[in-house]
Amino acid sequence: MDWQYFLEILFSGLTRGSIYALIALGYTMVYGIIELINFAHGEIYMLGAFTAFIVAGILGTMGFSASAILIIAAFVAIVWCVAYGYTMEKIAYKPLRGQSRLAPLISAIGMSIFLQNYVQLAQTAEFLRFPVRMPRIEFLNIFGGILRSSDFVILVTSAIIMVCLSLFIRYTKLGKAMRATAQNRKMAMLLGIDADKIISLTFIVGSGLAALGGTLIATHTMQVGFGIGFIAGMKAFTAAVLGGIGSIPGAMLGGLVLGLAESFTTGYFAGDYEDVLAFVLLVLILIFRPVGILGKAKVQKV
Amino acid sequence: MLELKNIFTFYGNIPALRDVSLTVNEGEIVSLIGANGAGKSTTLMTICGGIKPRSGEILYNGKQIHTLAPNEIVKLGISQVPEGRLIFPDLTVQENLDLGAFLRNDKVQIKEDMEYIFNLFPILAQRYKQAGGTLSGGEQQMLAISRALMGRPKLLLLDEPSLGLAPIIIQQIFQIIQRINSNGTTVFLVEQNANQALKIADRAYVMENCKIVMEDKAENLLKDDSVRKAYLGM
Repeated sequence: MDWQYFLEILFSGLTRGSIYALIALGYTMVYGIIELINFAHGEIYMLGAFTAFIVAGILGTMGFSASAILIIAAFVAIVWCVAYGYTMEKIAYKPLRGQSRLAPLISAIGMSIFLQNYVQLAQTAEFLRFPVRMPRIEFLNIFGGILRSSDFVILVTSAIIMVCLSLFIRYTKLGKAMRATAQNRKMAMLLGIDADKIISLTFIVGSGLAALGGTLIATHTMQVGFGIGFIAGMKAFTAAVLGGIGSIPGAMLGGLVLGLAESFTTGYFAGDYEDVLAFVLLVLILIFRPVGILGKAKVQKV
Repeated sequence: MLELKNIFTFYGNIPALRDVSLTVNEGEIVSLIGANGAGKSTTLMTICGGIKPRSGEILYNGKQIHTLAPNEIVKLGISQVPEGRLIFPDLTVQENLDLGAFLRNDKVQIKEDMEYIFNLFPILAQRYKQAGGTLSGGEQQMLAISRALMGRPKLLLLDEPSLGLAPIIIQQIFQIIQRINSNGTTVFLVEQNANQALKIADRAYVMENCKIVMEDKAENLLKDDSVRKAYLGM
């Protein structure tokens, strides 16, 4: 067995999986609180990548170092997309709260189509080359090129972010309030928790994570386009369902499992089937274990 | 302390409260009894701001509160223990209690109150790391009451605390309610278990078909023939 090849595939799967996980967290958190599949979430990721692209392009002409550019670009992308996510909830979902569940779902699809076309018209329909390369990280050379520096940055960044998020959800007052609101919004309200604020917070956190994912992926694949949000969004949604929609550890796990599955299929079988695999996986999980790997079936006690 | 004046509440076009007026004075235990569907829980939800009344007004210490958002009403010192307890099942006992103090920032006193509660319900101290959903019905009711107390309410609203509990547990719960009241919290109690509710109350209201039909001292209602027939099974 070729270990070098195996490890390359493994790391590429983990990298891909981390990005899926970052986006899947946004789906799962929003679903946990308001039971809405926010189909426009992938577009936030795309906007993140585009914002990073624009910022990197501008800073590139001003002679900043590559690492400084990437850090600033990520930061701006996060802030910008948080504003988008927050506004999106206020415009497209909040007015529909209390309506049938189909209404916000349709609104989400509309939002997704709108954002894609808006970027296509305002920017371009072409794929663009991301202007800045991830600087080489020297000590990775000892691994003999198994791990590219962009892989390494993606893995480390997403690991740190996911640990921070888990701690936030578990130990802070707002984190507890979020979980309480997800479990019973009426009771949370009776304790003085403002559900509107918690819902906004969920969109803010989810959008920030998606923007970070978008920036990271742009430095990895080196290209940006208005349509990248659709497929990434569908994959991340698959990851969220795979892990158990509504479950935060589930989204992380689902992302990694999906990333690895895709990577190994591409590496050992045929690359053409990577998207097919993701959706076959989605179909299978929906048939055989609709609650996902870590999801719990809701038991209704009477 | 609390005054409802001619409250009308609707679910869509269906009236749920018709011209409800009642008063709760500071330091009292006031009970609201009545059959299923009479409008008792709706009364509590209207007080808490969960449902807005169509007309009438609610005064708390002389201030209008029916226009406020639910979280603002909680801030004024009104906590509700809702029907069915509504424990957060996946949160630990400790976390459920923490959330009761969501609006407070006085860490030292929160800790003191936590001690007070563990003293009131020693079983919760044993179970503080367990998920709320794993507790028995009685324990969940204790947790629901404790969670409400963590908000340091001046007025505690209880919705059917005896629902689905064994008689011996019901006894305990009602003793605790009296103890909470004697420690200075005003209590407004909604119950189908009229016997128990009237025994511990100072005054009581009887509700039928979305209206208040009787109001008196609790001891008088316990002796009243029509109440005995309709609610006490005698």
